[in-house]
Amino acid sequence: MPTMTMIEALRDAMDVKLTQDPSVVVFGEDVGYFGGVFRCTAGLQEKHGQTRVFDTPINESAIAGMAIGMAAHGMRPCVEVQFADYVFPAYDQLTQEASRIRYRSNGQFTCPMVVRMPTGGGIFGGQTHSQSPEAVFTHVSGLKTVIPSTPYDAKGLLIAAIEDPDPVIFLEPKRLYNGPFDGNHKGKSVGWGSHPAGQVPEGHYVVPIGKADVRREGHDLTILAYGTMVYVAEAAVAQAGIDAEIIDLRSLVPLDLETIQASVEKTGRCVVVHEATRTSGFGAELISEVQEACFWHLQSPIQRVTGWDAPYPHATEWDYFPGPDRLARALIKAMED
Amino acid sequence: MKKTAKLHFPQPPARPDETPDFSAHDIGVAGAIGVPPLDIQAKDAREYANGLIRVMDDDGNAVGPWADLIKGRDASTLRQGLRDMLRMRAIDKRMLNAQRQGKTSFYLQCTGEEAIGCAFQRQLQTGDMNFPTYRQQTLLVAADYPLEPLFGQLYSNSYDPMQGKQLPIMHSSRKHGFFTISGNLGTQYIQAVGWAMANALTGDGNIAAGWIGDGATASNDFHSAMLCASVYQPPVILNIVNNQWAISTYTGVASGKSRTYAARARGYGIPALRVDGNDYLAVAAVSTWAIQRAREGFGPVAIEWFTYRAAAHSTSDDPSAYRPKNEAAAWPLGDPIERLKTHLISLGEWSQERHTQAEAEALDEVTAVQKTVESAGTLVNPGPTSPATMFDGVYAEMPPHLRRQRQEMGV
Repeated sequence: MPTMTMIEALRDAMDVKLTQDPSVVVFGEDVGYFGGVFRCTAGLQEKHGQTRVFDTPINESAIAGMAIGMAAHGMRPCVEVQFADYVFPAYDQLTQEASRIRYRSNGQFTCPMVVRMPTGGGIFGGQTHSQSPEAVFTHVSGLKTVIPSTPYDAKGLLIAAIEDPDPVIFLEPKRLYNGPFDGNHKGKSVGWGSHPAGQVPEGHYVVPIGKADVRREGHDLTILAYGTMVYVAEAAVAQAGIDAEIIDLRSLVPLDLETIQASVEKTGRCVVVHEATRTSGFGAELISEVQEACFWHLQSPIQRVTGWDAPYPHATEWDYFPGPDRLARALIKAMED
Repeated sequence: MKKTAKLHFPQPPARPDETPDFSAHDIGVAGAIGVPPLDIQAKDAREYANGLIRVMDDDGNAVGPWADLIKGRDASTLRQGLRDMLRMRAIDKRMLNAQRQGKTSFYLQCTGEEAIGCAFQRQLQTGDMNFPTYRQQTLLVAADYPLEPLFGQLYSNSYDPMQGKQLPIMHSSRKHGFFTISGNLGTQYIQAVGWAMANALTGDGNIAAGWIGDGATASNDFHSAMLCASVYQPPVILNIVNNQWAISTYTGVASGKSRTYAARARGYGIPALRVDGNDYLAVAAVSTWAIQRAREGFGPVAIEWFTYRAAAHSTSDDPSAYRPKNEAAAWPLGDPIERLKTHLISLGEWSQERHTQAEAEALDEVTAVQKTVESAGTLVNPGPTSPATMFDGVYAEMPPHLRRQRQEMGV
């Protein structure tokens, strides 16, 4: 089985769908001739032609709006927003239009489209290249929001997203593009080549949207994580020496509450972690769901570790990033209470 | 003397207690502007974008090169146009009353603008798609959309194809080339460009038409649509209905110092025309030309339909608070129904008696269907509703959290 980075896995997913389905088109800023600033679409225009893979003006609202028109017509656009931080001009089109085309027309028109965007920090990107805006999409009915943490999942989820009959917000943790990252920024970076999840099958396969993945089985505590935080959780568990169960949510909407509930009922303790800012973050939603479903199984208050409620700073990035030390402290606290 | 910077706040020509004044508008002369070649470039479109294309003169005669373009058509097509407009006006009349009686929460008329959508739609083919605003019910009427679902949508009852999911007037009919209306202004304009790109990419031979009001040309999606239409050259017609008023806001607040909205399109490299929107023949002729241009692959075109919103913005609006009550009557380009009627009579193809009869027939037909549809429920006398349907169609397949919420609702 070939080894792929997350970038290669995403590219392979688009290649598979472009080859298989003539209604699939890929476009966005710099994605055509050049192949994207993160190289996710490199070579796709050369292979599939510029009617299938092309550059757009710097206008995210137009990218989303064109995709909606195409999707309503019957095509399957898979578009890129260069950084998740740049998606906000498209917010009206995505949250008021794409999300509701099916609903408001009672199924006469639908909107099968994917909006890919690199999310999260850890690359010294400062406040406009580091944000994690998942909660502004999970709050919107009619959208699906997914976020893979491995090359294998990235390919399978992206194929599932392109084939999905509804609009999917596809968040790509950019710090994981070239290798797993556990928050130990002073350590040597590792690539996907040596990681089992870097093994990516050729051709078509799907990772279903709405299914979480139990990344580590454990008995003492449940960690709910997604994206880069999955690896931070692994490091924190090793650091704290706690037998925690780590759940990689993979899909935020729809949420795999069944897997979450089974785990928390088993462990009786729960810690939620995300890189996004805390207030009204997706962690608040997770905590609410867990306490509603598992209150009588909980042995301690649910802990929450997140980015601080400040813009993502440049020079002090690692004080902002919720790394393994902070998470380990929360794990210990959850065990002590 | 030292000059200082001062802000400019555009003002309408007249406020409520003043005399209507449209003298600033140069409406030109019927028949004066020619028909451009189909492959015209934006740079050569100055006279079409800055002038005003008119076909009917003050006596109702069709004159000039645009008249010649549609000269061979049977008078029955014009009578059909007249009947479309009469039917539209009858619907508006009946629904305004129904809203006043509390039978529906909201309604919005298109009085004075009937010629634009009615004549445009009759030139389209099945498969073409409009991306309308809420004031283009005319497109549905002229697409022979049945009156039952039309009224059903306005009453949100069992005749409503949208099952009460949308505010009244936010129609949708894929089959009739009418894209689901948003209610957020401007968003549909760039979507029309995307749809037209899909027309070209799939080679289906169809075209798209985007619609926007003068007020919403201020929105970012107007720019997005103009730019992307210019960049990718899809078969799209970008219609701008300039009816002088955006609720209470004078059109000058959207146009600034630009002379016409059509001229703005030329800045994007899109050829544009400015047309008397109250002239059914002018609308039919220019639409025919623009649709042929788009379909034959000559790229996008923009059309400013110059008209006047004779009625209130909606049933929630009282225009006497911000403009003279008799301003519509002073509009220099008249009323579209009266003008087409005069033209047909001058051709010997119509008469006042036939007109009176046609008016009565339209009202009778509309009233009969309205009564049937009202029997399934109105706001004052609601029919049975099914709250569980609010969860249908959020997604193709209902995810677990919506299933749980539906259970929680207890239905």
